[in-house]
Amino acid sequence: MIRKLALTALLALAMPASSALAAGGEGHIEDYAFSFEGPFGKYDQNQLQRGLKIYTEVCSGCHGLKYVSFRSMAEEGGLGYSEDQVRAYASQIVILDEDANRDFYDAETGEFRTPTPADNFPAVTTAGAPDLSLMAKARAGFHGPYGTGINQFFKGMGGAEYIASLLTGYTGEEKEEYGSVFYENTAFPGGWISMAPPLVGEDVEFDDGHDNSLHDEAMDVAAFLMWAAEPKMMQRKETGFLIVGFLIFLSVLLYLTNKRLWAPHKAKAKALNAKA
Amino acid sequence: MSGIPHDHYEPKTGIEKWLHSRLPIVGLAYDTLMIPTPKNLNWWWIWGIVLTFCLVLMIATGVVLVMHYTPHVDYAFASIEHIMRNVNGGYFIRYTHMNGASLFFFAVYIHIFRGLFYGSYKAPREVTWIVGMLIYLCMMGTAFMGYVLPWGQMSFWGATVITGLFGAIPFVGESIQTWLLGGPAVDNATLNRFFSLHYLLPMVIAALVAVHIWAFHTTGNNNPTGVDVRKATKEEAEKDTLPFWPYFVIKDLFALAVILAVFFAVVAFMPNYLGHPDNYIEANALSTPAHIVPEWYFLPFYAILRAFTGDVWVVMFANWISFGIIDAKFFGVLAMFGAIAVMALAPWLDTSSVRSGRYRPMFKWWFLLLVIDFVVLMWLGAMPAEEPYSSFSLVASAYWFAYFLVILPLLGVIEKPLPRPATIEEDFNAHYGKAKSAAPAE
Repeated sequence: MIRKLALTALLALAMPASSALAAGGEGHIEDYAFSFEGPFGKYDQNQLQRGLKIYTEVCSGCHGLKYVSFRSMAEEGGLGYSEDQVRAYASQIVILDEDANRDFYDAETGEFRTPTPADNFPAVTTAGAPDLSLMAKARAGFHGPYGTGINQFFKGMGGAEYIASLLTGYTGEEKEEYGSVFYENTAFPGGWISMAPPLVGEDVEFDDGHDNSLHDEAMDVAAFLMWAAEPKMMQRKETGFLIVGFLIFLSVLLYLTNKRLWAPHKAKAKALNAKA
Repeated sequence: MSGIPHDHYEPKTGIEKWLHSRLPIVGLAYDTLMIPTPKNLNWWWIWGIVLTFCLVLMIATGVVLVMHYTPHVDYAFASIEHIMRNVNGGYFIRYTHMNGASLFFFAVYIHIFRGLFYGSYKAPREVTWIVGMLIYLCMMGTAFMGYVLPWGQMSFWGATVITGLFGAIPFVGESIQTWLLGGPAVDNATLNRFFSLHYLLPMVIAALVAVHIWAFHTTGNNNPTGVDVRKATKEEAEKDTLPFWPYFVIKDLFALAVILAVFFAVVAFMPNYLGHPDNYIEANALSTPAHIVPEWYFLPFYAILRAFTGDVWVVMFANWISFGIIDAKFFGVLAMFGAIAVMALAPWLDTSSVRSGRYRPMFKWWFLLLVIDFVVLMWLGAMPAEEPYSSFSLVASAYWFAYFLVILPLLGVIEKPLPRPATIEEDFNAHYGKAKSAAPAE
């Protein structure tokens, strides 16, 4: 009976997810290993900081992070900066897209004020590039085989894999259509993307001299964007262990209570207990 | 409440008597909790409690989410991100609510198939069954409208596709669609009314659940044998039953704790597994997603909706006989709602006098095929509308209807049922042995 119950519970997990053939269904998404995958996975603080540097120096020219607050950079389970570091980081941000960031406009001085930790990263719409706040959750990896979602069940939804694959997926081919240039990319659905290769390797220098090859940079910025999309992931998993642990404990207690409660009515169970 | 004889609440002290003669609320609670329950209920009977819990969980988390959500096309998506990032514990409440819908439907499907296998829909429980179907319909409406509220791409396009179904109704369809949306397309008016109804419908569900419980407390629970509880005397009834409290409450709570352990593992470790990544992109009326896919719990009926295309002879015949009023799109809509309607009619379509599938040697296999059919339809609903999936969908949809409209009526006539135990006590003792003294636990 318990086995039956466990089976139905397992069935719940094996239910095919509806995210069938989602973004990336056509492109090739490499199954990169990230430190935050799985219930025990954690963000790599150094990697997130390197990713932020890449975002700041390269991506932020065209892409905004309008849902991410500066103060969240000091939150636990993330980048791990001190409040002073966050304040210093926010104050050096220059508002490039004035139309999309009217919140920063100070009517008294007629100028755009300096961002503070209470603000969000500015939005950037000038280049027509999408905001990256949720990109790591808005894309997925391989949803197979046969739309069953088994791959994602074991390896995660694959948003960060998608981003890393996209950044490393340029073949070098270009084509021009209706006056726009498209770049061939093995990860992008359809194979041609309007974003020029943003990273080529050695785009940024890290203070600790960490490897800045294209692959490493792509991994770092993908990890950073996963944090940007899901800043509470560490807290969520910690809470999860507490709740699941408590519920397993409660299940054991209830199982024993139930067994004892029913024992007088179940002669066979009684006999078995007597033997044991 | 129940027709099974049992002890009723007797007010003893003065204050109890005073209250009981004015409002017998303690008596109602007592009789509800102490209802004699067939003692042979197996583990398939725990899902009712799970469902009740789901309803409470969804209302509790939903009430908190509403405190921070903004139902406006310009702010809805951002307010969800506000909940996820700035509200204390907001990410957990929202993920619980989001995945709670999946647990709700997972449980309701098992609950429904339990009823279909053990003949819980048969006399005298037809009303319980019909009320259950109404609850299921309300659940679908609530879930669909709830999915629109985050105002992501799949919210927007799902709403566009599903409300478009009403547009397929001949003559008045377009007017109905406009009336439902509050305008010519999915927009702020749609979001606002869906928000309002998403809050209203759970209250309707709660009322229907009360009626559902009232109905089966009047007839008594069905049980795995389908054999009635002996009701002549209290002594006889007590051989077949045990009071709901504590025996079934503890049993159900144990099952609930196990299920919740799995559920919260999903919420905490893979909260977006059952969702669609496109819903993390804000709604954009100018950009249609490559594949518009409903949530997993709608997939079987979505597959039936899409199965009946214009080149199927049934559709062509319906089109011809109705002078073109019933086109392929409308036929699909009729099929989808019909698939639920035939399920609701099961009490009258099933001609067999034997309730439990346990004693129906032929029925067992057709039922198993129905369960497989349901899972296959769910898979097909997620596949693109192209060959070979279209043909599979047609066959699977046809079986769904055939099961209720042909197989159930026929089986009752041609099947020779196996011998059933005379009493529930006999069945229980066959499993667990005859207890020497049925003294209560120490």
